Amino acid sequence: MRKISIIAALLAVSSSAFAAGGDDIHAEFVAMMDRSFKTTGIAEKYRMYQLDFQKACSAEKEPSKKVMQAIEAEQFKTIRFPADGKFFGDWKEGEKIAISGRGLTWSDKTRFNNGGGCYNCHQLSHKEIAYGTIGPSLQDYGKVRGKTDDVVKYTWGKIFNAKAFNACSNMPRNGDAEILTEQQMKHVMAFLFDPESPVNKK
Amino acid sequence: MRQKKQYVLLAALVAVVGGMASPTALADKASDEAAIARYREMIADGNPAELVAGQGEELWKTKRGPKNASLEKCDLGLGPGVLKGASAKMPRYFKDTGRVQDLETRLLTCMETLQGIDPKTVIDAKWLKGERETMAALVAYVVTQSNGQKIAVDMKQPQMKKMYELGKLAFYYRSGPMDFACSTCHGAEGKRIRLQDLPDLRTQAGAAAGWGSWPAYRVSSGEFWTMQHRLNDCYRQQRTAEPLYGSDVTIALSVFLAATGNGGPVLTPGLKR
Repeated sequence: MRKISIIAALLAVSSSAFAAGGDDIHAEFVAMMDRSFKTTGIAEKYRMYQLDFQKACSAEKEPSKKVMQAIEAEQFKTIRFPADGKFFGDWKEGEKIAISGRGLTWSDKTRFNNGGGCYNCHQLSHKEIAYGTIGPSLQDYGKVRGKTDDVVKYTWGKIFNAKAFNACSNMPRNGDAEILTEQQMKHVMAFLFDPESPVNKK
Repeated sequence: MRQKKQYVLLAALVAVVGGMASPTALADKASDEAAIARYREMIADGNPAELVAGQGEELWKTKRGPKNASLEKCDLGLGPGVLKGASAKMPRYFKDTGRVQDLETRLLTCMETLQGIDPKTVIDAKWLKGERETMAALVAYVVTQSNGQKIAVDMKQPQMKKMYELGKLAFYYRSGPMDFACSTCHGAEGKRIRLQDLPDLRTQAGAAAGWGSWPAYRVSSGEFWTMQHRLNDCYRQQRTAEPLYGSDVTIALSVFLAATGNGGPVLTPGLKR
């Protein structure tokens, strides 16, 4: 409920900002987007209305450093660490989540049980060759970085909300946008850090 | 049986020449020629889209709808019934409708004015069902007649320029639960999703590779997809809401892509993984 009211408030702010801007093409663009999309299944029309940071990151070039830093500070506040203080689940489950790219499209029946889609963009396991290259390689992630508190917390934060570290990152906000559950993120953490995981073991 | 074997062969070929949309291609004549050579190699055993185009030709010439007329007088911008090279110059601004139209929305106009068929029968149908399946066949027929031409959208009209600007804004527009835009996957050079090469649609070569090779037959699903279908599925994977069939955002993006790829080869119908 809380989330919806925030979105509604953001909506009001962004549409009035466009109108007040007096920029014809932008006003026309907003109107075009509004009439061009419809709700289908779980993909409701409000998905087309932008959050503030999405809007700031929708130009050909990234916004200024100052704007980026303000977004990052704001997004950092969304990060919630595991309630029980345990960061790691089962790496085998984590691997399944990394492989699955499904969820949240209008052809999905439920908005739950989503995949992480990690392989769409990242190299991970030593054994998987079908990996994307939009994000950096994460092969040997735990082996290279170690398992210190700082690294563990940073990694959790990055998975939870990548925009806290790079305002216009291509990576989804897995925790903040409720793409993955806390338990799923723990499994992904284990996949990244466990010495037995194929990410770290050849 | 023979056909099935052909498809398997095609699948293998497509896997080999998956680099059709290679984002590293240079925007010069040599890369165009290489693209054409790869396309020829790919369709050496035939493109199943030919079957769809055959159905489309028949539908084009068949009297249908409340007005019991064929589409043979349909004007795709080069005059009534002129199909050669027509889709290579689309989207374009049409004076009679006062709109910028892509091939599919223009065909809707022809179906409505010549045959009396309500555009809603296409707009409200499901992909590859009913009148939308008819549309796909017509598209396959029309685009076959621009194969080998160059992408040549006329950007002189102010209406086209405006659609280009709107399309560019749409290309970079991030929204939805995953914060994606078109540019998330198609805004850098040399990237891929899993093993699938992603054309950099900001560049002439990338946009030409993408725009110029759709509509296409998709071997993985055994389906012929129009450009509207292709764009719709891009948005599905972006996790946005669903664009309406023929909506202005799809036209604007089409103008942005076609104009960016202007001069590149039209290799339609394409053949995809």
